[in-house]
Amino acid sequence: MNVSIRSKNLRGAVLGLVPVLLATGCGNSGGGPSGDSSADTIANIGSDTMLQLAMAWSEAFKLAEPGVNVEVNGGGSGVGIAGLINGSVDLANSSRAFEEKEAADLRAKQGKEPLGVTVGFDALSIYVHKDNPLQELTLEQLAGIYSRDGAIRTWSDLGVKAIPGAQGDEIIAISRQNNSGTHHYFKEAVVGKKGVLRPDCVNQNGSADVVNLVATTPNAIGYSGMGYRTDAVRILKVAKRAGEAAILPSIASTLDKSYPIARPMFVYTAGEPAAHIKKYIDWILSEPGQSLLAENGYVPLPKQ
Amino acid sequence: MFTETLTGRKKQRHERVARMFFGLMTAAMVIPLLLIVGFVVFKGAPAMTWEFFSTNPRRGGTAGGIWPALVGTLYLILVSLCISAPIGVLAAVYLNEYAKENWFTRIVNLAVVNLAGVPSIVHGLFGLGAFVYALHFGKSILAAALTLAIMTLPVIIASTKEALASVPRSFREACWNVGASRWQTIWRIVLPNSISGILTGVILQVSRTAGETAPVMLTGVATFKAIEGGGLFLYDLREQCMALSMHLFYVRTQASGAPEELSYAIAATLLGVVLLVNTTAICFRVFLRARKKW
Amino acid sequence: MSLPRSPERPAGRGRLAVLFEQAIELLIRLCGISAIVFVFGIFFFVFREGAPYLAQLDLGAFLFSSDWYPSNDPAHYGAGALLLGTLSVTLLAMLMAVPFGLGAAVFVSEFSAPRTREVLKIVIELLAAVPSVVWGFIGMSVLGPLIKDVFQVPLGVNMFNAALLLALMSVPIIVSIGEDALKAVPDSYREAALALGATRWQTVFRMLFPAAKNGLLAAVLLGVGRAIGETMAVLMATGHSARIPTSLFDPVQTLTATIAAELGEARQGSEHYQVLFLIGVLLFTLTFAVNLTADLVVKGIRRK
Repeated sequence: MNVSIRSKNLRGAVLGLVPVLLATGCGNSGGGPSGDSSADTIANIGSDTMLQLAMAWSEAFKLAEPGVNVEVNGGGSGVGIAGLINGSVDLANSSRAFEEKEAADLRAKQGKEPLGVTVGFDALSIYVHKDNPLQELTLEQLAGIYSRDGAIRTWSDLGVKAIPGAQGDEIIAISRQNNSGTHHYFKEAVVGKKGVLRPDCVNQNGSADVVNLVATTPNAIGYSGMGYRTDAVRILKVAKRAGEAAILPSIASTLDKSYPIARPMFVYTAGEPAAHIKKYIDWILSEPGQSLLAENGYVPLPKQ
Repeated sequence: MFTETLTGRKKQRHERVARMFFGLMTAAMVIPLLLIVGFVVFKGAPAMTWEFFSTNPRRGGTAGGIWPALVGTLYLILVSLCISAPIGVLAAVYLNEYAKENWFTRIVNLAVVNLAGVPSIVHGLFGLGAFVYALHFGKSILAAALTLAIMTLPVIIASTKEALASVPRSFREACWNVGASRWQTIWRIVLPNSISGILTGVILQVSRTAGETAPVMLTGVATFKAIEGGGLFLYDLREQCMALSMHLFYVRTQASGAPEELSYAIAATLLGVVLLVNTTAICFRVFLRARKKW
Repeated sequence: MSLPRSPERPAGRGRLAVLFEQAIELLIRLCGISAIVFVFGIFFFVFREGAPYLAQLDLGAFLFSSDWYPSNDPAHYGAGALLLGTLSVTLLAMLMAVPFGLGAAVFVSEFSAPRTREVLKIVIELLAAVPSVVWGFIGMSVLGPLIKDVFQVPLGVNMFNAALLLALMSVPIIVSIGEDALKAVPDSYREAALALGATRWQTVFRMLFPAAKNGLLAAVLLGVGRAIGETMAVLMATGHSARIPTSLFDPVQTLTATIAAELGEARQGSEHYQVLFLIGVLLFTLTFAVNLTADLVVKGIRRK
């Protein structure tokens, strides 16, 4: 017999199998999402804002729990939620809350309620080119720059004179494509629910894209997650209204709510999660999962 | 010899100037291409290590390699080829060997031309509506490959048709005269004699498939999907895969903190794959044309 | 002379072989008409997804209004700016591509030795093979900063950048079809022109161009079709801003790029989703018309 020779491999296989079997059993009893995805993998799809974070979670969880494989995929918050509704996704990352329409779809299709967990916060930071002398803005000024009816269209309107390397005085307002979760949140937070963003925003496809474009365009201003900062751009302080102190986005200023444009990030399941998915969510909420938020430029949940 | 006249010299000058003018116009498009390709390869070269080609992306695509994207592109090519090559070759056989010259054939030909002209994003919408939703394939390699197959069908039809047409009619007549049927003639005489042209079309299909982004983005390519372990079947046809083209788009526009040379390296790899495939097709064509006996 | 067939040997094959042959022929005929099926299939499925919105579609506003606010409440779907973006980028691209494309076609067909011609045709073929996402990447990473510095404009990703890429992408089509058209002009024409003492300029502009007029027009039209339908390159290099351009260096947004950027996050079956499919129908119709015209023009020369 060659069992002795291969015992090492065998042991590895058995050790690997135990969690798989456990997960399979629990997955079935828990009535996890339909489809043929085997129970030891978690289809984790959604927000591009959270993609890098989700990948970091997946990589680290793989080391902690080798039996569970988390497959991460981006596409946008809406994509993850749509997948949850049609049953192809186990865990949806979303940088916005479930909409009522979507919850109704989920009820109609699967008879389940969406179950969301806040996993952290994303502080949307206002970026300008590193040579731009501007230091701070108020929310009203931001609205003046970004809203359709706003009056701020040039840098001199903000009192900024001569940005080195800039061509002309025009403010180039950089935004995100108009149905991304980030765009949605920024619009509500800055120009209000009823407000309309100016139509000539330059819309980028990704958070990194916004920062890259600001980095090469001295006339530009843009918004993106705090974690996207590079040496070629600068983050502005933001004040809630004129006269109040302007605040830099940071973990502390997000948690005490003094920084005005920060939003929660969620993971959603359809109904009660299956055991292996529950385990993953619990791990995300625990210390090792939360520490990855700060590492990737996000804001972890307040420590209890 | 003629003596040089004033008008003669003027004409020669005209000739030279004309040649230079049109030559410069050609150079104006050829040189940028070479410069750009050279620049991309030059910037990407430092990042193109064995690890780059053989490992999964890490940290949100800002580190690690492109292995799953390479595999995914290969899968998309193979699956779509299995669908479009037979249909395309047979369609060309129909158009060249069976179809009579009438209004119906004209419409078929027109359909081929228009299929080639449909924007790739519209092919993507079609794939999404037809394969992903109506046929319930979901976003998957299968749906994406079917979309690509239909999109690249005209490439195969056009080059196969040209290849079939270049087989002299006397070959067919000789075959019919010894009592062979139409299909026997096609199978034994026409297809073997036009195989080089057919393969050229197939190769061009491969190159087109490898580079497409918009249609597969909607129908089955994921921004991130690692490959765990080895084995022959790295991806299931019902699941999504990564692709080189999409990975380039993702890393350039969405991955934060990716070193610059990483995106250049992906671009250079994609360019390399496509240009290599095309060069193969060209060499193939030149080689087989030289061997042609008629 | 054909050989007489003996009556007792019907082409020397059994019934099975005859049946097989009939099956094969049926298959060939089916594949033959597949192109028609697919063209109709594309129209049908794209139209089907977009159709529910037709009832509320205000065609005038859809085509001519520039209010593209799909995520506002209430949403506005005015694709006028996008249509104008597509048309203006295409026009600018053609202004660059047509002279160079036709010039190169003349050089390849009239001025180069057989060997040079082969080499040039190969290079042009390779130029045609560069994937559009690579062009987009080049537009963002290489051309963008270059255009910003050379033309002293505030933003490097703009209409000019995208048009330049589209010109490079459609030139190969123009050259190869244009060269075919020039080759189709009989040599006796050239000899006649030379015998009359015409210079090469006169030969090209007075004789070749008029004689090959239809083929050259078809070449240009196919180039236009390519430029209208291009997606990734314009998504990455136009700047993606739904505005009416006022200068060559304004960012614009095209129909194709809008679908690519927004469909991912549009909920299946939502209004926005349906409108994006209607834009697909519009694109399909536009390119269909262009290609049909090109085909009719080509058939025109054949008939002559």
